[in-house]
Amino acid sequence: MRALAADAGLSAFGHDPVWIIIIKAVLIFVILVLLTLFNIWWERRVVARMQHRIGPNVHGPFGLLQSLADGVKLALKEDLIPKAADKVVFLLAPVLVAVPAFVTFSVIPFGPEVNFFGHRTPLQLTDMPVAVIFVMAIASIGIYGIVLGGWSSGSTYSLLGGLRSSAQMISYEVAMGLALVAVFLYAGSMSTSEIVAAQEKTWYGIILLPSFVIYVISMVGETNRAPFDLPEAEGELVGGFHTEYSSLKFALFFLAEYINMATVSALATTLFLGGWRAPFWIDTFWEGANHGYWPVLWFFGKVLAFIFFFIWLRGTLPRLRYDQFMAFGWKRLIPIALVWIIAVAGIRAASLHHDFNRTYLYAVIVVLAALVLVLGFLDDRAAKSAQRRDEAAAAEDEARPFDAFAGGYPVPPMPKLED
Amino acid sequence: MPTIKEQFWDPIAGFGVTFRTMFRHVVTEQYPFEKEPTAPRFHGRHQLNRWPDGLEKCIGCELCAWACPADAIYVEGASNTDDERFSPGERYGRVYQINYLRCILCGLCIEACPTRALTMTNEYELADNNREDLIYEKSDLLAPLLPSMEQPPHPMRLGEDESAYYKGAYAKPAATEEEAQ
Repeated sequence: MRALAADAGLSAFGHDPVWIIIIKAVLIFVILVLLTLFNIWWERRVVARMQHRIGPNVHGPFGLLQSLADGVKLALKEDLIPKAADKVVFLLAPVLVAVPAFVTFSVIPFGPEVNFFGHRTPLQLTDMPVAVIFVMAIASIGIYGIVLGGWSSGSTYSLLGGLRSSAQMISYEVAMGLALVAVFLYAGSMSTSEIVAAQEKTWYGIILLPSFVIYVISMVGETNRAPFDLPEAEGELVGGFHTEYSSLKFALFFLAEYINMATVSALATTLFLGGWRAPFWIDTFWEGANHGYWPVLWFFGKVLAFIFFFIWLRGTLPRLRYDQFMAFGWKRLIPIALVWIIAVAGIRAASLHHDFNRTYLYAVIVVLAALVLVLGFLDDRAAKSAQRRDEAAAAEDEARPFDAFAGGYPVPPMPKLED
Repeated sequence: MPTIKEQFWDPIAGFGVTFRTMFRHVVTEQYPFEKEPTAPRFHGRHQLNRWPDGLEKCIGCELCAWACPADAIYVEGASNTDDERFSPGERYGRVYQINYLRCILCGLCIEACPTRALTMTNEYELADNNREDLIYEKSDLLAPLLPSMEQPPHPMRLGEDESAYYKGAYAKPAATEEEAQ
């Protein structure tokens, strides 16, 4: 039955004339490039605010053209190719990074079916029964670009950066894939438009909260962003895999990083936050919120909220050490994701076949949360009273006069920490 | 052993710090558009001062050049004559150059100067696009002539000899050039 529904859902795709496909493809390209320029500006402004600064505010209104000016400057720079570089691979690598970044957006739904220059067509370039898997596959091709770019540079820093990056992306893709499984189980489909349709009542970000959290953490790891930006770690690797790149080739890496950020945000929006559906029950008092071109607004609002989250992370957290990062991915995220999937599958099967009453589940969750809160409170109080006792004891020691013949032998005073 | 609160809540509380900071006062100065005055004793570009009659205070002793840790000052002294007098007393600084590519604006030269000829202004916009223009000549460094002053060379106007200048035994005008800065 599910399969039939999926087929019906995808029937809207594949009927567009060629010119509409071309317009859609070009639109996606332009939107992504503009979004990147905007994101770079926005990131700089927000991080600056978090550090008591203002950020770029000179070029254009509010400094919006700053990233454009930087891009033009970057394009006009000298294009260096190191002597030790493997030329073909070195030239190919940035392309291999940038192209998949754009391609993934072809299956992201921007909105419902709309009147597009007289044609009824969904605001989505294409869709397929395995669209999310397609996104994962294409994103993995991007890793080749990073690895090959690092390897072909003929520099140790680049090689280490590329290796780190690939190891990191592969490890976090496992957790990411596992987080997505729960969504597939609930939506009964892997096509993005179907998953959005399945979230008509509740977002999966709410009912599958652990999956959502795991996905958000792993998407930061996947895109090499702070605090997981180990491949670039300036202090250790001088920029990582793109150390030897300059000019437009470097710009391509940069562009790809920001588009990847937008891609994983768009995927998170689609899978967990209801895609293009209006947030905060706006559609309950405004019928038109989910029709026509309005959903594009909700979609980009949600994507930008994710981008803001990325920036917030960068402004708040320091970079992890490599072993901490790997331990977190393999020893925490993946086991938690596995356990959660088994739980989801169990609950799902129980509610499908045995009329499982959800209230018990919610009650257990509330009791557990309360327990953690109470324990935390008690623990904190105990720690504080212990600290007070220690301080009192230290003050007593301080007050006692120094006895040079403690234990019958002449002894020097204990070394004291200066304050 | 960190408590449960320290393990789970405190890392999240850090996000609140950065979020709150976004709405706090920013410390940025809009420099080229709005220039903030410097601190009064800021070490800026040097100035070679004059006596109230316009004679130069520099006596060409080179103590500033010797004090300079960056070797940025070059001085050549020369003797005053009765026909051509630039400063009270025997000697004056004929050549006086400060290389601002070397100068670290530490102010040791000012401490070394025995006649308070060399002081520092608050001017800090010293950037240029070539090396020659960053070597400031005596003409670039000399204090401007105030209304009561006269362009040297000219005889001593404030007393019979230099001791009147150094002891301050002359009728002071309303404001000396040092105070006017």
